[in-house]
Amino acid sequence: MRWGVVVFPGSNCDQDCMHALRSVMGQSVDAVWHEERSVAGLDVLVLPGGFSYGDYLRAGAIAATAPVMSAIRDFAEAGRPVLGVCNGFQILTEARLLPGTLVRNARLRFRCRPVWVRVESSDTSFTAALPEGTVLQMPIAHAEGGYRASADELNALRAAGRVVFRYCDREGRVLAEANPNGSVDAIAGVANARGNVVGLMPHPERASEGLLASSDGRRIFESALASLAARAEPV
Amino acid sequence: MRTLAPEGTATVRTGLPAGDEHEIVRRLGRHPNMVEARMFGVMWSEHCGYKHSRHTLRRLPSGSPRVLSGPGGNAGVVSIGAGWAVAFKMESHNHPSAVDPYNGAATGVGGIIRDVLAMGARPIALLDSLRFGPLDDRRSRQLAGGVVAGIAGYGNAIGVPTVGGELLVDACYRDNPLVNVACLGLVRADRVATAAAQGVGNAVLYAGARTGRDGIGGAAFASTELDESRERTDRASVQIGDPFTGKLLIEATLEALESGAIVAIQDMGAGGITCAASEMAARGGVGMAIDLDRVPLREAHMRPEEILLSESQERMLLVLRSDDAPRVAGIYRRWGLSAEVIGHVTAEPRLVATLAGQIVADLPPDALADAPAYVPEPRRPRVLNGEERRPTARAAVDPLDALLRMLRHPDIASKREIFEQYDHMVGIRTVTVPGADAAVLRVLEAPPLGLALAADGNARWCAGDPRRGAALIVMEAAANLACVGAEPLAVTDCLNFGSPERPEVFWTFREAVDGIADACRSLGVPVIGGNVSFYNEAAAAGNGSAAAEGARDPARAIHPTPIIGMVGLVEDVSRPTRSGFLNEGDLIVLIGSGSGSLGASLHDVLIEGNIGGPPADPALGDTTRAIQLVCRAVRARLVRSAHDVSDGGLAVALAEACIMGGIGASVTLPSATQDHSGPPAPLDWFGEGPGLFLVSLPAEGLPALEALAAEHGVPCGAIGTVGGASLSVLASAPTGVDSFTVEVRVLRQAWDSLEF
Repeated sequence: MRWGVVVFPGSNCDQDCMHALRSVMGQSVDAVWHEERSVAGLDVLVLPGGFSYGDYLRAGAIAATAPVMSAIRDFAEAGRPVLGVCNGFQILTEARLLPGTLVRNARLRFRCRPVWVRVESSDTSFTAALPEGTVLQMPIAHAEGGYRASADELNALRAAGRVVFRYCDREGRVLAEANPNGSVDAIAGVANARGNVVGLMPHPERASEGLLASSDGRRIFESALASLAARAEPV
Repeated sequence: MRTLAPEGTATVRTGLPAGDEHEIVRRLGRHPNMVEARMFGVMWSEHCGYKHSRHTLRRLPSGSPRVLSGPGGNAGVVSIGAGWAVAFKMESHNHPSAVDPYNGAATGVGGIIRDVLAMGARPIALLDSLRFGPLDDRRSRQLAGGVVAGIAGYGNAIGVPTVGGELLVDACYRDNPLVNVACLGLVRADRVATAAAQGVGNAVLYAGARTGRDGIGGAAFASTELDESRERTDRASVQIGDPFTGKLLIEATLEALESGAIVAIQDMGAGGITCAASEMAARGGVGMAIDLDRVPLREAHMRPEEILLSESQERMLLVLRSDDAPRVAGIYRRWGLSAEVIGHVTAEPRLVATLAGQIVADLPPDALADAPAYVPEPRRPRVLNGEERRPTARAAVDPLDALLRMLRHPDIASKREIFEQYDHMVGIRTVTVPGADAAVLRVLEAPPLGLALAADGNARWCAGDPRRGAALIVMEAAANLACVGAEPLAVTDCLNFGSPERPEVFWTFREAVDGIADACRSLGVPVIGGNVSFYNEAAAAGNGSAAAEGARDPARAIHPTPIIGMVGLVEDVSRPTRSGFLNEGDLIVLIGSGSGSLGASLHDVLIEGNIGGPPADPALGDTTRAIQLVCRAVRARLVRSAHDVSDGGLAVALAEACIMGGIGASVTLPSATQDHSGPPAPLDWFGEGPGLFLVSLPAEGLPALEALAAEHGVPCGAIGTVGGASLSVLASAPTGVDSFTVEVRVLRQAWDSLEF
């Protein structure tokens, strides 16, 4: 598989993602510059965390209009897997590739700490190998991670099983005190209707090795490999 | 030949003392013109020129076989082996942070990152050492909140993790908050960049953000006492940071350095173009011709001295072959930054700046870059703080009550509310997150090597005795590193003091430097760079003049506050040791020969209300041996946890090991009667002293630890066991402590109560 990690000016988790994919997962990885017009030859795209274009105006708002985004949109519409992590999630919502938006944390502060999330749907390209109810530990590091969507959007998300991750405690209980940023319905990640585009606030690349407190994040990348392999198999 | 315009005259003033002005005229053989006078005013400020500290700083040891670049460069560099090296430097941003906490702190982070970048290193970690007035004071809370937000705002966005640091409060910092930030960078040992301009005809390339009118004269501002009445006008001296541009500057500069085309590089921080150009030229023994018309500007009609002295952030100055200039400029432009050739290197050692065809300044670079050095007369204060009010008898206190009060104190309490505002994980190198004795980072490029970082300071100790205090701080930093199995590689220091022109302040400064030198020599660790911040004494509102000197309230000057940043090498990062107790049934062993002292302790300041005597004797030989023992024991995995005894003494260390481990302990306090084979004694429950460690290990491991301790000549002995949900202390005479039991949950509640 060939992965692409999109590099916007101000991305700062791009090299971390490349390390996790290349050195830990043994994948081939290309950096995709924000001015590229094509993502041909790539099988999976990752939009990493950071402060693209300084997050001036609104987190992810300027990146959503970057030249590379039209190629990403085509890639997503072709049903190919796209993962947005943190700022990448914010960019995907700003680009309307995912529903909803991410607002300032409830306490209005940046927060960097480990959290737990529960897998709510195995029906996406990035959770295909994760049974529903699986609890993953990964860190968050954001100031704008409060998920919001209209009532209609939320109902549609819930009905279609497109809420992918919810913040929970270590045992998998979705409790108010386990919600680090005031996200509505404890939503930590969502998917598009086809399940090939997924965004989440926690950082799987920061939880891909035993030395880093958790290696649960690997399972998200492994899911992408599993779903791509399944797709490649002749029916 | 064009001539200098306007010419210098005897009426032009630099803002410097008369002695400096005479020296300038002597060096130039003429009077400076107005532009030149402003350049001297900044370059010969204390902040840039180190006029009152340079001579004394020579007392610090700066060499070791690992040092690739010592003091005097943008940052010191030491080899870590496997072909890699680290650049390390700490700097203060005290004055700007007092006036504009958010931007002052943010640009402090930006500045130190660029110093490390200028060595060719990728910045991989930040540490912050902060001092404020008591946090129940509204102004201090606001300052603290703004400073933390500024560090977070800049550090998080630029993608360099803030992995550790410290925060202490004292009334002396109410009007003089301290913001010291250290940065660590990683560079291939054979690719360390230099800042010496070379090659006549080589191009001088300006790269980064455009130049504006912000921060003009910032270095000169940092070299005077703060005056509340001038807060509004001083604001123009504070630079505004832009972490987004800073991030682009890091990536573009590393790419430019990777091209192999860069002859020399320096960041434009304090003193702007003037400082970078004069220092680079002076180091190379060459001159530079700078065409100010080519400098990318943010606004029109800037005056020559504004362009020359602007401290606009996120800018670098590079020297490279003219042929390479378009290619390197292209790298910066691809990252969306300005890049213009603004001059060239000349053979004659003159820094010549032109604007609109006129020469506006023409100075020998070394005349600017080498400010005169002064050695003030030191005078020991009649009474040291520690000698003022020596308590005759300490009041009887309930030990548990005192312990809980200490755990609630901001100096001891968990700083979670602060470090969770910092991205301490970006870069995926952080193996040990903030809150432990030292931060540990893995070297992704050379596994299984790791780097440990500690920042320490303790002004109580230094107020009690500056030489002992400073030595104790260095030992504490080394002890913190030992707890994670790291051998010290290098020290960077930030020396925060009042006005050096006061003989008593200068004496404490010199004593502190000697204390650092003593301890570094004992440990065999070099000081590879740092920063001096004088004039940390807020002038009483409304009278900032020298005439008010005698009337100044001494309480408005800070305690002597040297901060030590230390980096150490971890040989194998794959199994980090913890600070907290781990396993039910493990033995708790006290290591070390220090006995601890209540003098200058947190206990005496908090419970007795004064510093009450000098701190413990640093006992450098014994302490060094104890530190080396712990480092070896951790590396050999003889212990499961290791934590050093520091602020609050054994009492706080035990409580912290329980809280961090989430498990209880039962200990019997050692009494004075035990012999040398047992635990060190006598021991004050709250006494603070060097070279004492709490470790835990399985009982069967004790003989191996004892054998290693005997080999090092360091006492050690079991004082209890790990287990249960409470800390039980059984006291034996004559420690003066009553026995008690307290649930770890209660300890944690007190420790985790800092609201920020």
